[in-house]
Amino acid sequence: MKNDKAKIKTIKVDYLARVEGEGALYIKIKGHTVTDVKFKIFEPPRFFEAFLRGRSFCEAPDITARICGICPVAYQMSSSHAMEDAFGIRVDGQLRALRRLLYCGEWIESHALHVYLLHAPDFFGYDDAIQMAKDYPDIVQRGLQLKKTGNEVVILIGGREIHPINVRVGGFYKALTKQELNTLTEKLKRARDIALEAVRWTAEFDYPDFEQDYEFVSLRHPDEYPFNEGKLISNKGLDISVHEYDNHFIEEQVAYTNALHSKLKERGAYFVGPLARFNLNFDRLSPLAKEAAHSAGLSPVCRNPFKSIIVRSVEMVYACDEALRIIGQYEKPEIPAIPFQPIAGTGYGCTEAPRGILYHRYRIDDNGRILDAKIVPPTSQNQKTIENDLWQFIPKYLDLPSEKLKYDCEKAIRNYDPCISCATHFLKLTIDRE
Amino acid sequence: MYRGDDAVGLATARHLKKHVPDYVSVLEGSGNGVAFMESWKNADTVILIDAVHSGTKPGTIHRFDASAHPLPSEFFRYSTHTFGVAEIIELARTLNQLPSHLIVYGIEGKRFEAGIGISPEVNTAVQEVVNRLRQDIHSFLKVS
Repeated sequence: MKNDKAKIKTIKVDYLARVEGEGALYIKIKGHTVTDVKFKIFEPPRFFEAFLRGRSFCEAPDITARICGICPVAYQMSSSHAMEDAFGIRVDGQLRALRRLLYCGEWIESHALHVYLLHAPDFFGYDDAIQMAKDYPDIVQRGLQLKKTGNEVVILIGGREIHPINVRVGGFYKALTKQELNTLTEKLKRARDIALEAVRWTAEFDYPDFEQDYEFVSLRHPDEYPFNEGKLISNKGLDISVHEYDNHFIEEQVAYTNALHSKLKERGAYFVGPLARFNLNFDRLSPLAKEAAHSAGLSPVCRNPFKSIIVRSVEMVYACDEALRIIGQYEKPEIPAIPFQPIAGTGYGCTEAPRGILYHRYRIDDNGRILDAKIVPPTSQNQKTIENDLWQFIPKYLDLPSEKLKYDCEKAIRNYDPCISCATHFLKLTIDRE
Repeated sequence: MYRGDDAVGLATARHLKKHVPDYVSVLEGSGNGVAFMESWKNADTVILIDAVHSGTKPGTIHRFDASAHPLPSEFFRYSTHTFGVAEIIELARTLNQLPSHLIVYGIEGKRFEAGIGISPEVNTAVQEVVNRLRQDIHSFLKVS
């Protein structure tokens, strides 16, 4: 009955009902000057924060996984880590490795979808992947094959390709055997080859000459390319533990959008995602991924957001490589989850979703009930930077016909792989010229 | 199941499971279009059921022969980072990976906000769709 009460209370919140499917970009141009850029997005997590209140801590990984169909693992990982932080437990050893492997699967499937089916068509002037598939069926097939391998990793470890069901606070419901993981080895080797091809392929695209002085923010781990944990660092001096997130980052209400804008209190807009991870953690990539990046002409600091498609491909190489490394060293853990007792407190979690850092904070009472939740997804954090890019990008291309300018703006936004549920192809885009 | 009437496809599949012979596979999908392509790889006849949001009366049942014609795209939701039903069917058509027969049932939903439970009018449509699906399955079996 307790759960039913919480359900009814949260359903009354109408964020979703008012903004479902709405993503829009509004550009105003006066003569040769851009006078307004408004990027409006729909952000489901605001609703989920209310939805979680009053529920048990153990429901958080499964409920928050529903926020996103393409990065549910990130939500499960950040929520589990935050709960474990609150209860003072640490998931280590092979259980931790298994979580990392699950994350590899999510990165492969998410990046493959974005690189091949969503972003690449923009570089060839196609409306979508369906048009591209008419001319390049083999390339699209390769993308589907890569995505399928990512799906298979998530299915095997998570139990389902979307919204996996095997993750729990403290570990997993079921730990897999070495033999089970070995079934992925050959598939991952093939996927790694496709990912290497993707790096070579995307390196040949024609990139606009566009670089900005961004503040890149990502996790940084002492030894690993970051998935699950680390300090939060930036190229402009940020170096904090995840516990300090709220001291440095703030979410702002902006009049024209229902999504909150996240910014660094000290400096404003910042950039999260593959490009940030790559720039801040190049030295943590596997030798093969580093070599692929070098051969694609990428140096450790790439400031051209359009080249994020190459970086995503490099990260696919890394994720396949890392998955194979984990499987090679894996031994089934003795227990699938660490036993613990929930205690009252506040827990913090931050992991690297495919499109950037995903921060969760929960306050729990001594019955293990969630008193409040804060979830800051990557897209919310990139919003200001997306808008800033457009302010800088549009003036260079003002003379283009409006349709071409719209297309190029879509492409610029897509660099960030934003999470917007839309009723049409991408988003409503309006250009006002005076 | 957490998005109101969006669960109507799952609800229909779960009802249908009780009424079809063993040699008919009833699969539940989570909306990942690319996974659909995989699931119908070796099938000759596929019937896909999903919620739609086209502005008609809640509970309205739409039926499309997707092997013959593209779906009206406005019936299905698109996203910046996933491939929906309409898109994946067209991609599969381009890559010659459509099953010989692909029927799509779209059930008009009323509310898609977070929360568990299907609207009464949409729930009524579930039984009707199950009946129609049983007839479809019967006629496909007769033809093959």
